[in-house]
Amino acid sequence: MKAPSIRNPFAAKPLPEQPDIEAAALRSDRFRIEREGDWRRLEQIVRRLERGAFGRLSDEDIADLPVLYRQAASSLAVARETSLDAATLRFLEDLVQRAWYQVYGPRSGMFRWLARFLRGGWSRAVRAIWLDIVIAFAAMAAGIAAGWLLVARNVDWYYALVPGAMASGRVPGASRAELAQTLAIESSSNGLSGFAAYLFYNNATVCILVFALGFAFGVPTVLMLIYNMAMLGAMAWLFNSVGLLPEFMAWLCVHGTTEFTAILLSGAAGVHVGRNMAFPGDSSILGATAQAGRRAALVMLGCVIMLVFAAVLEAFPRQLAGFEARLIIGIFMGLVWLSLFVLVGRKSADGDAA
Amino acid sequence: MNAADRAHDARRRRRLVTPEGVPLDIVLATRGARLMALVLDYTIIFFSMILVFVVLLVTGVNLDAIEDNGVGEFLFVLFIVLMFLLFNGYFIAFEMGPRGATLGKRMVGIRVAARPQGQSGERLTAEAIIARNLLRQIEIFLPLTFFQSIGAGGSAWIAGSLWFAVFMLFPFFNKDALRAGDVVAGTWVVEAPRRKLAEALSLGQAQATSAEPAYRFGDEELSVYGEYELQSLERVLRDGDDKTLAAVHEAIVRKIGWQAGSGDEREFLEAFYTALRARLEGGMRFGQRKADKFSEVDRSGTRLR
Repeated sequence: MKAPSIRNPFAAKPLPEQPDIEAAALRSDRFRIEREGDWRRLEQIVRRLERGAFGRLSDEDIADLPVLYRQAASSLAVARETSLDAATLRFLEDLVQRAWYQVYGPRSGMFRWLARFLRGGWSRAVRAIWLDIVIAFAAMAAGIAAGWLLVARNVDWYYALVPGAMASGRVPGASRAELAQTLAIESSSNGLSGFAAYLFYNNATVCILVFALGFAFGVPTVLMLIYNMAMLGAMAWLFNSVGLLPEFMAWLCVHGTTEFTAILLSGAAGVHVGRNMAFPGDSSILGATAQAGRRAALVMLGCVIMLVFAAVLEAFPRQLAGFEARLIIGIFMGLVWLSLFVLVGRKSADGDAA
Repeated sequence: MNAADRAHDARRRRRLVTPEGVPLDIVLATRGARLMALVLDYTIIFFSMILVFVVLLVTGVNLDAIEDNGVGEFLFVLFIVLMFLLFNGYFIAFEMGPRGATLGKRMVGIRVAARPQGQSGERLTAEAIIARNLLRQIEIFLPLTFFQSIGAGGSAWIAGSLWFAVFMLFPFFNKDALRAGDVVAGTWVVEAPRRKLAEALSLGQAQATSAEPAYRFGDEELSVYGEYELQSLERVLRDGDDKTLAAVHEAIVRKIGWQAGSGDEREFLEAFYTALRARLEGGMRFGQRKADKFSEVDRSGTRLR
């Protein structure tokens, strides 16, 4: 009598030696023995890929991965119809799944993906949601107009629209000199980079929020755009009332052309998701939402990058530069973004579609 | 595994078809596992934050008094950028990796995958991961800002709790356990497979039988059982518990009306397993399958499931 042949399957051990094919009584076992070596090799490659040890794989392994994967997949299909060895079946199911995640996983590393994103993926995504940009722009314009008109009718609206913390001296009834003081040039750059970092954190959070609120069919997104721009409209009225509108515009324009574009884009991204949830067209709601969400995510990543620029511009040139310099920097940045979105990535639509 | 467990498992099973045309069964992660992963992830983030503070303290940086000199200001900028990356980049960076899972998800054995639109499986893309993680802003961080006003009185915290509850309970109101971020990104969270290949049970036995067959089973004895019993027997043999082996041996012997094999249960059961598998697999090749002991042989050749 032989000793029980079952062994602990969890014990760490070198690859077991292949049993003799002749010894196998069952056809399904012969099938397994013939292919087991390939399966184990595939498992080893997949395990290394999962660990991120891409560099430790030989060229041969990488070249063989798709072949081994297809072999394992076809083994699985055959085994399902011919074998009742539950252990082999489960192992194959798992192996093919793991290999599938690797073979059809994210195709490139993060840096290559980012490079492609900057060289056209971003611009294409922005162009793809042009209709939502129009909608978000309309909401923002309406907000500015509403803020201006409300305050022009009744000055009390100003206190409702502009929170006390934001106002800091910019209140109705302040003299021209006092208001001009709030636009003045700072004498030193001390503390400004910290201020910039804080601004970035704050604005980026607000932008992501505006986008994420698109989940409720885009309604809160539009409301938030209108409210925030009403604040701006009210302030613009205030400075206009003392004849400082051009100075105010220049002060705002330094970072505003960047920041407001970012807000416009994240609002548009939110509206895009909400609009596709409400009107999915031919595809299912979930399908349409997912597609819109992925496209909008590209736009959002771009917004975060823009907000880094905006924060730096807001902290330094806005506080340090004079009227003309502010205007020139602002308009220049606006043109940069506009040409980026309109011109970049027109030709190559190679695969990394928005 | 009892019937209720199996029914529960079947509810979490989804089928997708690879581009090669092979259907794959994937299992959705349980909501409990996902919650656990979330808690683990935020614990990790929280402790890395504390670590940053401690490092700053040890190096003698006081965050309150650094506005004055250039180095301190640089550190402050670094600090804010680090916080932003920790809260927004942690999930994105890890889920973009080859395992598609954050550290917490890895610990509980789950991963993010692209939800197939239609039948065929899809590639998990970077933009999907960005989208699903940006939604955390309204799922978790926005209600937290409501809670800040608890001390000040007012009802904002009620609104915050409601908001929080809506998004936390969201996975309970759809069959794929999607959270809001999964809906927007077209992803879902599934169990990450990693099973080792176990030894083939029938091989050791085959060598023994070819030399000197200890037991021979006829058609009559083997025709009482089906695939379900075969798989139960395989499980029992792999567990290798002597008492269970004896009980199973007794049940089989009674069923087929034999007297043999007592005192030698394992040998007997392995021989029976091999013989039963040979018979059932032989039937499969002719398109005849028998699901369990209660069912007749299915000659239609359709797949059992």
